[in-house]
Amino acid sequence: MFDVASYHKANSITEAIALLGQYPSSNLIAGGTDILVRLHEGNQDYQHLVDIHNIAELKKIERLQDGTITIGSGATFSEIIDSPVIRETLPVLIEGAESIGGPQVRNAATIGGNICNGAPSADSAAPLLVLNAHAELIGPDTKRLVPVENFYLKPGQVDCKPGEILTCFQIIPADYQNQSAKYIKYAMRDAMDIATIGCAGSCLQENGKITELRLAYTVAGPTPLRCRTTEKAVLGMTVNEALIKKIKHLVLHDLMPRDSWRAGKDFREHIIIVLAERILKEILNIKGSV
Amino acid sequence: MTVENINCTINGKTVSLLVDIRQSLADVLRDNGYTGIKESCGVGECGACTVLVDGKAVDACLQLGIWADEREIRTVEGETKKGKLSTVQQAYLDAGAVQCGFCTPGLVMSTTAFVEKHQGQKVSRDKIRKGHAGNLCRCTGYETIVRAVEKCMDIQGDTDKNHQ
Repeated sequence: MFDVASYHKANSITEAIALLGQYPSSNLIAGGTDILVRLHEGNQDYQHLVDIHNIAELKKIERLQDGTITIGSGATFSEIIDSPVIRETLPVLIEGAESIGGPQVRNAATIGGNICNGAPSADSAAPLLVLNAHAELIGPDTKRLVPVENFYLKPGQVDCKPGEILTCFQIIPADYQNQSAKYIKYAMRDAMDIATIGCAGSCLQENGKITELRLAYTVAGPTPLRCRTTEKAVLGMTVNEALIKKIKHLVLHDLMPRDSWRAGKDFREHIIIVLAERILKEILNIKGSV
Repeated sequence: MTVENINCTINGKTVSLLVDIRQSLADVLRDNGYTGIKESCGVGECGACTVLVDGKAVDACLQLGIWADEREIRTVEGETKKGKLSTVQQAYLDAGAVQCGFCTPGLVMSTTAFVEKHQGQKVSRDKIRKGHAGNLCRCTGYETIVRAVEKCMDIQGDTDKNHQ
């Protein structure tokens, strides 16, 4: 039995916000794959729960009239993988979603939970970062949109203020249309593993020159990170092998990988560079060795 | 502590259960006699407690029992109909995919969901392995399990052909 001290079920977003106001020491529970593990381990920080499991309005995946894609925070990874809208518009997010856990976890875990958990290794984070996804947060009297990149504050901590709920992610058409994007997860096992390093890239090119590049890593710093300096430094460069070489040379300056029991810093740095090359070759459509 | 009444279907039978909100679905099922499901790791790593909720495989140890309200639950107990093993169960038996048997109920449910989801499709061994990544087996080395799944897919393919 889980050591739950108080439990309140919300049936709508409004109800969930009201319950969070009424019971401020509560944690939200959605898919349960993180919270219930912590409770199982006897972590008393999660004894008070507001349940947002299966709230229909949090599970919607839609393409709005202007082409914006919205993904409800309560959508499970299986629902994202099986969504024709996501398959058509954001295949890079599906690559991230498919790399998470095993089937049972993907059937339960939600994308909102994956991000709010604040883990530097979240498999949906790197794809969301290169898609310039925004998180919609609704509080008792507030509604705001925060870039997912800025939503991460430090390990395990995101910019979700007391009483707020992450309701959905939004991706505008300019951020996904015509983009060539890819995610690769490097882990010790092919499934049921936490990324040693995760990397997503997205780019636009025109007349053989790079007009936009977005590169994001997980487990390469205290939070998932975009490689802003590298991205800017290569704008306008001709798409060829020299470009990839330059990015490989620059990318570590944007990141802060560290030693952990999973992998050493030097090994992580090696993987970061190898993944940069693999991702770039794929999204820039360059063959051969660099 | 709060106890709630839930209504759900377990293996095709409508049931009304009193559930303590602290109980996992694994606790609820085992307390009500569905001991086919095994709780092993309790943290969603091993899959021994896999059941189907509305046709989808989940770890019953990481579901609150009350989430089963208004849902359709399938456990290994319901797969044998009138004494006849399901296609998946028979395939496990024929392939020798059962050794100590502790992981088997969970694996059978994972395979059942996998086979139903990929009905009529040609699936690679890699896809079978990835589709069963949430279940650990410490005896078989998985080879016989993959063969059992392949067998199910073949049988299904044949049935599909017969229907055409």
